[in-house]
Amino acid sequence: MSMTQPMIEVAALRKTFGANTVLRDVNLQVRKGEVVALIGPSGSGKSTLLRCLNLLVVPDGGRVRVGEQSFAFGGAFSLPGTAAMARFRAATGMVFQQFNLFPHMTVLANVMEGPLTVRRLPRARAEELARGLLAKVGLAEKAEQYPARLSGGQKQRVAIARALAMEPAVMLFDEATSALDPELVGEVLAVMQSLAAEGMTMVTVTHEIAFAREVAHRVVFLRDGVIVEDGPARQVIDTPREEATRAFLAHFHRQREG
Amino acid sequence: MYQWDFAVVWSYRWLFVNGLWVTLAFTAAIVALGLAVGLLSGLMRLSRLAPLRWTSQGYVEVFRCTPVLVQLVWFYYAMPILTGVEMSATTAGVLSLALYGGAFYSEIVRGGIASIETGQSEAALALGMTPAQSMRRIILPQALKRMVPPLMNQSIIQLKNTSLVSVLAVPDLLYQGQAAAHDSYRPLEIYTIVAVIYFAVLFPLTLLVGRLERRLARSD
Repeated sequence: MSMTQPMIEVAALRKTFGANTVLRDVNLQVRKGEVVALIGPSGSGKSTLLRCLNLLVVPDGGRVRVGEQSFAFGGAFSLPGTAAMARFRAATGMVFQQFNLFPHMTVLANVMEGPLTVRRLPRARAEELARGLLAKVGLAEKAEQYPARLSGGQKQRVAIARALAMEPAVMLFDEATSALDPELVGEVLAVMQSLAAEGMTMVTVTHEIAFAREVAHRVVFLRDGVIVEDGPARQVIDTPREEATRAFLAHFHRQREG
Repeated sequence: MYQWDFAVVWSYRWLFVNGLWVTLAFTAAIVALGLAVGLLSGLMRLSRLAPLRWTSQGYVEVFRCTPVLVQLVWFYYAMPILTGVEMSATTAGVLSLALYGGAFYSEIVRGGIASIETGQSEAALALGMTPAQSMRRIILPQALKRMVPPLMNQSIIQLKNTSLVSVLAVPDLLYQGQAAAHDSYRPLEIYTIVAVIYFAVLFPLTLLVGRLERRLARSD
């Protein structure tokens, strides 16, 4: 991969669920080390776009490239096989709104699962990696606990450590703080912020407009399956060019003041 | 008023022991075979490949919607004529009861797997697991825990169903009871004892399932 080539490249992406077109002709590029926030009203397609980046949602048309791996969809292209898709997904880490930790495994085993099962690391090496990542998210002392015993904020930090254990080129966050009690949002955002500071390439679907403004390099506003506005974070949030973006953000500003 | 005389039962004690042994061995065989068939069929039902789903569904409906006694008789009398393969009463009994139980196990397996939140397999796939790895490492361990009580309940029913093989003269507990009843002319005592033996085996198992259900409910 050359230095000038973006880390993520999405071209002419289309997705429909039944009669409902969720994404229409979406084009997006994310440079290495860039943090991009996807914002927009519910039903705008932002989560679907994020899930197309690791093929949890398989696009109907267009092209998705992450790092060296690229897939084209629709028309003459046959669907990638399960092994190819698994390899593709291993290069991205994903953090979910509902955490989705594995409840039958300890915190440590959750974080070791990717390295052991997918990367086939030796157990000792996987454990060393997992303990290091748990320390990084501030949960080293919770390693032997089961997820059910953790708070929402702790669960989400474990989920971030689990995704990082694959040493992915890209991290995807799907409303990572939306299911948290307000007082727990900060600890998760802090971990995300430190990841961004380390130069991790991140795409995050978020309702945290303040976080998007402070941490993201770019904000992409979607509505009705189309990218309406795409620009530097502060510019899009403080002085949006498009009326639709202004209307959406006005709703947030009202909430803040109210 | 009928004059009970259980003393006569004692002289047939070895018949009962042999019969109970056959019943338990039969149960073990049909439960083991049924679980294997049920797990396979349950997984097929959730496959992405439509022919596998149809095969599983066809199997389940045929065996759920016909009486097990009819299946037993059909396997013993009809199947050899159609296929030319003679089979013993024991083989026919194991085959039909295992397939009958397997149909119910299949539904339990399907339901157990379907009850695991989709977020679990999404998280597994997002890590880069193949669907097979996700099933083996993430979904099945959680689903099996939820399946254990209903699988045990179905296995208890399977133990009771083994009494039907007496129709094919397989010497199980009920068949030996019939023999003892004819021999002793004391059917009331003999069949009462047969019922008591079934109860003595099944009641503790039922209690065990109940305890297991409560323990699993607490740990969820």
